[in-house]
Amino acid sequence: MNTRKIEILVGLFVALGVIAFAVLALKVANSGISGSGESYLLNAKFENIGSLKARAPIKVGGVVIGRVEGISIHPQEFVPVVNMKIDANYECQFSDTTSVSILTSGILGEQYLGISPVIASESARQSCLGNDTVGNSEADELDDLFGVESKALKNGDMIADTKSALVLEELIGQFLFNQGGE
Amino acid sequence: MDFLQKLGHKTLSRFAALGRSTRMLIGALVNIPNPRKGTPLLIRQLYMIGHQSLLIIMVSGLFIGMVLALQGYTVLVGYGAEDSLGPLVALSLLRELGPVVTALLFAGRAGSALTAEIGLMKATEQLSSLEMMAIDPLKRVIAPRFWAGFISMPILALIFSAVAILGAHLVGVDWLGVDSGSFWSIMQAQVSFEKDILNGIIKSFVFALVVTWIALYKGYDCIPTSEGISKATTETVVHSSLAVLGFDFLLTAVMFSG
Amino acid sequence: MTILAELDVESDLSQAIVEIKDVTFSRGEKTIYKNMSFSVPKGKITAIMGPSGIGKTTMLRLIGGQLKPDSGDILFEGASIPSMTRSALYDARKNMSMLFQSGALFTDMSVFDNVAFPLREHTKLSEELIRLVVLMKLQAVGLRGASELMPSELSGGMARRAALARAIALDPELIMYDEPFAGQDPISMGVLVKLIKSLNEVLGLSSLIVTHDVTEVLSIAEHVVIIAEQGVIGSGTAEEMLAHSSPLVQQFLQGLSDGPVPFHQPASPYEDALLTQGAR
Repeated sequence: MNTRKIEILVGLFVALGVIAFAVLALKVANSGISGSGESYLLNAKFENIGSLKARAPIKVGGVVIGRVEGISIHPQEFVPVVNMKIDANYECQFSDTTSVSILTSGILGEQYLGISPVIASESARQSCLGNDTVGNSEADELDDLFGVESKALKNGDMIADTKSALVLEELIGQFLFNQGGE
Repeated sequence: MDFLQKLGHKTLSRFAALGRSTRMLIGALVNIPNPRKGTPLLIRQLYMIGHQSLLIIMVSGLFIGMVLALQGYTVLVGYGAEDSLGPLVALSLLRELGPVVTALLFAGRAGSALTAEIGLMKATEQLSSLEMMAIDPLKRVIAPRFWAGFISMPILALIFSAVAILGAHLVGVDWLGVDSGSFWSIMQAQVSFEKDILNGIIKSFVFALVVTWIALYKGYDCIPTSEGISKATTETVVHSSLAVLGFDFLLTAVMFSG
Repeated sequence: MTILAELDVESDLSQAIVEIKDVTFSRGEKTIYKNMSFSVPKGKITAIMGPSGIGKTTMLRLIGGQLKPDSGDILFEGASIPSMTRSALYDARKNMSMLFQSGALFTDMSVFDNVAFPLREHTKLSEELIRLVVLMKLQAVGLRGASELMPSELSGGMARRAALARAIALDPELIMYDEPFAGQDPISMGVLVKLIKSLNEVLGLSSLIVTHDVTEVLSIAEHVVIIAEQGVIGSGTAEEMLAHSSPLVQQFLQGLSDGPVPFHQPASPYEDALLTQGAR
């Protein structure tokens, strides 16, 4: 067997391996957000997380923008705290009035986090990014008018407005209770 | 007393074997083939070990993927969840079946061949002859084979998984009528590159180390007679299969239990 | 006679290529050599003979440094083999070569590549020069016509000749032959005898033949060492050996079935074994 033929066949073998790897990496795995891009972390406290798991997707209007990084118990309040890893493109885009809820995809599907975003004001975005605007813009005045100072969410912030998972037993309990009341 | 002596003898000889095999492995690792003389040797072994195992790996992969799809479908369709066939197949392949079945097939195909080849070289005094020619057999014979095995198996496992997923697509989508779009998209949503694919590749590398090491050691340390070689070949397949399954449990516990 | 033979060896010591000094070697519980001493003179054909299972091949492995003696010393060209570092040993091995009983040709390369192998590994000669050297060596053993054959296509005698061509590829000082005549037909045996003799003369090297084929080896050996019972029982020229007084040497050289080496394995008396039931 001459060397050239062997080398060609080995080349073929390695090329097949590379193709298989590419197929698996691009076609089979989620090529969306997978830690390859920059990301930032947000936290949210829930009453009950149902069966939410680490790595569950975080969606805005059905589009995945991040994944659940971890779930822990708040040391003082004993409620679950969910750490969310979100694409860095969305840092400082959401206002702190944004709400997050635990939803279920389909009847038997897994649970995921849905974010209903409230878009942060321009000034809040700038201050969040660290570019403090010196001049008073109209938006600032508007905020002052309502006496509310909304901030943009940045790395490490806590989302206050959360809706817990719907637990089937609780739903049934409520339903029966309401029936009895009538 | 006899029993104790037997036990002691067995223990000591096990440790001695472990020592000899570690020495051989270190000899092979230290003697990375040098680029000028070593590369042709390595390429030749990649051909013998990797390319020659390609056919059995691809055919087995295709069938295992098809069977997985068929079995998975009949269970999932009962829950109306046949769209989850994609992730079921992909996850079981990438995390478990790909690395493990490849390693078992590799032990049977390439591992036994390695043991028999080295054993035969020992029996026909080719290894002694190398030594008398002032050429280290660890460097010349063992090292290229070790590296070729170590490189080949992860490649084979990747090919196995890819072919198997295509096989599952063939059965699931083209035959049983699962929607092609949801087959791929749910799979993509569920399979993570680091967690599933990279961990699978790490598993493969560990299995490659274990199987190649056992195969080479059994050949290198065999009794240089026909019975010795046939015994060593059998032992290679048995020991490396057991080692692969054992390590698989350990690795799975470390990687996927958290 | 024994004294004379030893004196002869003593006088040759200055020109010895290999000296075995007081070597004791055991494998597991079994002692193979006990305080054995002899030397291999330079430029001559030396034969080591002895009954099978006496550890003749072990002796070659000791000289080659593949095994280490329990005690004693082995000198190759004045340097102690057992105390050498690995790299020094590998350097020393470039000056010796060994013809294994099976030939030990590499099965995955042709005869040509087998002979070229040590040259490619140890020299920086161009392919062109290597080709010339290889053809020369193959011509010397009469196998130039078989250079493109694979080892599996060779007969036993041809394989041994090809291995001989490989053994002399680097022009060693010493060639050790491990049972070169075992299992050969009379023609290839004759060819090998002639080859060993002519190579020794033409290349000016020293040869050490381990064998139990008495007639063949006595026809060419200039110095004979007979090993039995864990040591040397006689050494000297072929003629001296044939006239040796020791009954053990005579039994071996003449191939008698019974003598100091008994025909029967030690056992309990035959009658007892036959008459007692069950006990073995």
